[in-house]
Amino acid sequence: MAFRKQWVAALVLAGLAGPSALANGWSDEWGGKLLLTRGISTVEGAGGGGLASWALITGNETERGIGGTAHASWVELPDYSFSAQGVALGFHDRFELSYTRQAFDTEAVGAALGLGQGFTFEQDVFGAKLRLFGDAVYDQDSWLPQIAAGVQYKVNNQSAVLNAIGAQDDEGVDLYLAATKLYLDRSLLLNATVRATRANQLGILGFGGDLEDDYQWAGEFSAGYLVNRRLLIGAEYRFKPDNLGLAGEDDWLDVFAAWAVNEHLTLTAAYVDLGSIVTFEDQRGLYFSIQAGF
Amino acid sequence: MIRSLLLAGLFSAGLSAAALAQSHPPHAQPGELEVDPYTVSDANAGADPIEDADVFVAFGGEAGIARVVDGLLERVREDERIEGIFRASDWPRLRRTLIEQFCYILGGPCTYTGRDMASVHRDHGITTREFNALVENLQDAMDAEGIPFALQNRLLARLAPMHRDVVTR
Ligand code: HEM
Repeated sequence: MAFRKQWVAALVLAGLAGPSALANGWSDEWGGKLLLTRGISTVEGAGGGGLASWALITGNETERGIGGTAHASWVELPDYSFSAQGVALGFHDRFELSYTRQAFDTEAVGAALGLGQGFTFEQDVFGAKLRLFGDAVYDQDSWLPQIAAGVQYKVNNQSAVLNAIGAQDDEGVDLYLAATKLYLDRSLLLNATVRATRANQLGILGFGGDLEDDYQWAGEFSAGYLVNRRLLIGAEYRFKPDNLGLAGEDDWLDVFAAWAVNEHLTLTAAYVDLGSIVTFEDQRGLYFSIQAGF
Repeated sequence: MIRSLLLAGLFSAGLSAAALAQSHPPHAQPGELEVDPYTVSDANAGADPIEDADVFVAFGGEAGIARVVDGLLERVREDERIEGIFRASDWPRLRRTLIEQFCYILGGPCTYTGRDMASVHRDHGITTREFNALVENLQDAMDAEGIPFALQNRLLARLAPMHRDVVTR
């Protein structure tokens, strides 16, 4: 099932990329964005911070080209480990398509809950994002941010277990609106995102629950300070629903440093506090991400 | 036949009128080429001055700004991404007007006597990628002068909106 969906995604990608590239001729130029202005990749695959999806479009391309990124991210927590790997394409600094596969390893908790040592939830996240208006980088004579609308379709591979813990669905769709702006005269990058979601822990624990099954609004906020052209340090806060009676969840936060080694490689390290996950409290740990871009 | 002769006459008259109108502006320095007439105004600089005297001081005043502009032009000349665009440029004039422009925007005691950003860049078909290449060269030039990054960004924040006028392709 998941396999088939991946092929559908590949076809959609090719279908969109093909005509766009042909319409503009293969003379489309590569690269050209300023360092760090493509963002990094979120654990859900979108261009953004680490946890919050931003309005920036991934890839090094300008409005005259096509670009892309690939990322691998890891989060090491006291009782779990989480990883995400994915690819994304940016078209003309306007439209973004992404695919990311997440794996949430329950390690010893899996054994304790009778699921088996190292029981792992896996989830595919297909994303699309369209930049609507505003310019985060050049419109420095206006406070207005760059605005983008995005959608993420998520498919979890553990429906039986999700059912048992009270989740209503093993797949779900998130919609979000992101506003991002570089306030260059203060060397500040600010982001605010509002997301409509039914996801439990991003969807790792399914969608909807016994406590709440409807869509809820959840905010995602990031603030970063540009130390130099290559280094952005900052923090993020992500509100989350709390739908499951059995497995209460908390908002997430992180403190990060993103370092553009060069135009093709960005490394990010963060301290994350993911709160309670399936009754195990205080899941604080380290996040590391490597992103390659063209 | 008569009509086309008339047209040709009108055309050449127009051309020589334009040639006659070209001249050295009063502020031009020796070595500069002639330019078509235009109205001199600080508004041509494309941005209002920064009202924070510390920034001008951090750039090292007019002398420091001149070093930044020299560093910028040196780098542009060797940057294969954009040097072609400047091959036919009037470098003495470009240097003088850039110093004036940066000095004016950085709140220094200067007036800008150059042309406005839209008309001077219109015919060069500049892209965002080329704009960014110039920004990187400027950043390198400011780094070389030891200007703190946060203060560099004060200048870049004033220049960034000129993307609208400079980038036409
Ligand atoms: C914010 C960015 C920029 C600023 C502030 C700026 C400023 C200036 C100034 C002051 C002049 C001279 C005006 C005059 O002669 O009256 C000029 C001319 C010129 N600029 Fe720019 N410029 C910018 C971006 C660019 C970029 C990105 C390119 C190309 C990559 C470029 C290429 C040129 C060229 C070719 C000329 C004409 C020189 C000539 O005809 O003699 N400029 N610019």
